[in-house]
Amino acid sequence: MTTSFSFQGALERLRETRVWRSIFRRGPARTNRTRSLAIFGNLFLHLLPVKVREKSLGVRASYYLGSISFLLFIVLVISGILLMFYYHPASPQAYRDMKDLRFVVSNGVFLRNLHRIAAQLMVLLVFWHMFHVFYRGGYKPPHEFNWVIGVFLLLATLFLSYTGYLLPWDQLAFWAITVGTNIISAMPAIGKKVRFISLGGNRVGENALLRFYVLHCVVLPLIAIVLIAVHFWRVRKDGGLTVREHDDEPGK
Amino acid sequence: MMTNQENKYEAGFSSNAKKDPVRVVFISKKTSATVTGDPGQQVMTYPHLVVREAIAFMVLVIALVAVALFWDAPLEQLANPLLTPNPAKAPWYFLGLQELLHYFPPLVAGIIIPTLVVIGLVVIPYFSVNVQGKPLWSEDRKRNLWMVLFVLVALVLLLGFSRAWTVLVPTALIGALMLYSYFAAAKSSPRREYLRTRPLSWWIMTWFILVAVVLTVVGTYFRGPGWSWVWPWSNHAG
Repeated sequence: MTTSFSFQGALERLRETRVWRSIFRRGPARTNRTRSLAIFGNLFLHLLPVKVREKSLGVRASYYLGSISFLLFIVLVISGILLMFYYHPASPQAYRDMKDLRFVVSNGVFLRNLHRIAAQLMVLLVFWHMFHVFYRGGYKPPHEFNWVIGVFLLLATLFLSYTGYLLPWDQLAFWAITVGTNIISAMPAIGKKVRFISLGGNRVGENALLRFYVLHCVVLPLIAIVLIAVHFWRVRKDGGLTVREHDDEPGK
Repeated sequence: MMTNQENKYEAGFSSNAKKDPVRVVFISKKTSATVTGDPGQQVMTYPHLVVREAIAFMVLVIALVAVALFWDAPLEQLANPLLTPNPAKAPWYFLGLQELLHYFPPLVAGIIIPTLVVIGLVVIPYFSVNVQGKPLWSEDRKRNLWMVLFVLVALVLLLGFSRAWTVLVPTALIGALMLYSYFAAAKSSPRREYLRTRPLSWWIMTWFILVAVVLTVVGTYFRGPGWSWVWPWSNHAG
């Protein structure tokens, strides 16, 4: 028997077991072959390339803006699902649910704060990510189409944030959506119709709340997930991040 | 080991295994695929990238939790269609548009400009002009200067005529920087050299970002009742 317990050793032994191998389709990733398998033998990780340029890992190359935007999306999905357990998309129950989150639900305030901060930060970071990619020339061939997908991801992010804005059903939410959707009716010929369809009526009411809820919790997240998957996969297919000469030198 | 005369420089397989010995090496006259760029040193994604992303995730969650513990998401009174706040503001990322709506008719500010911005962003990579990123002032300096001047004067006149001051100021600032960079002598100072060597796309994007930031900040902090100008430190700001 060993005299002291080693976490590293236990992990190594775990990776040798049949169960581990059956789940991950490999043993410990000690060689470059098994490290490659770790990537392309995994449904989720296979969106990433097996190898990346050392320079593209430098903080200055990307500031990890795309990665952090994606990680924020994960945080938002998890906190959003938890919030859905306490939420009814109905008037005025939606607002009462906000009060319940504040005064009744354990850590309800924290949950809502977390979701809200992550959402604001995601909008900010997705913008920053786009501008950063532009200034690095990351849209140039062969990355053209991935840039286009990125623009649609920005739109998806904005619509996700905007549809979520209505859900607390307070004055801030109601009037922000009223101001925003009034703009739609300025569209020539079809403006009024488009506004009617997006609100389920002529004014922001219970139908609009339900529509925004379904868009926010089902339709837009699904669109975003598909676009994110294509976006990551295209980074791999198009040959990795755009790197520049001085990316690994600090202060250049 | 080359024995087959007519097939000497061709890469390929012979079907006659008895006549042709098994080739170990092919020498081809054809050129090989061009290497377009040096990919540089590469490392395995697992663990190098995966571990970094995991660390980024942990740092991010810690930071988010820390902020979420001390900053509360706003919650106002129950939605009331009969009680309009003044001003009624959109979320912050649409306040730039709301600021534009103050100057231009809804069709222009609310529909045409956002549509053009999205179309403009989508087509950026399909403008194959100037892929190398040549500076604006490198070739045809005089002609480019006149074109820049023409567009600048037209924009300033249009914005001045519409009294769109919060668009006019950042536009004029970028215009001034462009003219300054035109007259900046080569290799004078690093900052001037930087401006002097920017391509046109850089100027357009920087102008767009500056206008968007100014409009958003003004819409968020400097607009009060009736969309009038207020100072953020004065009390009556809505």
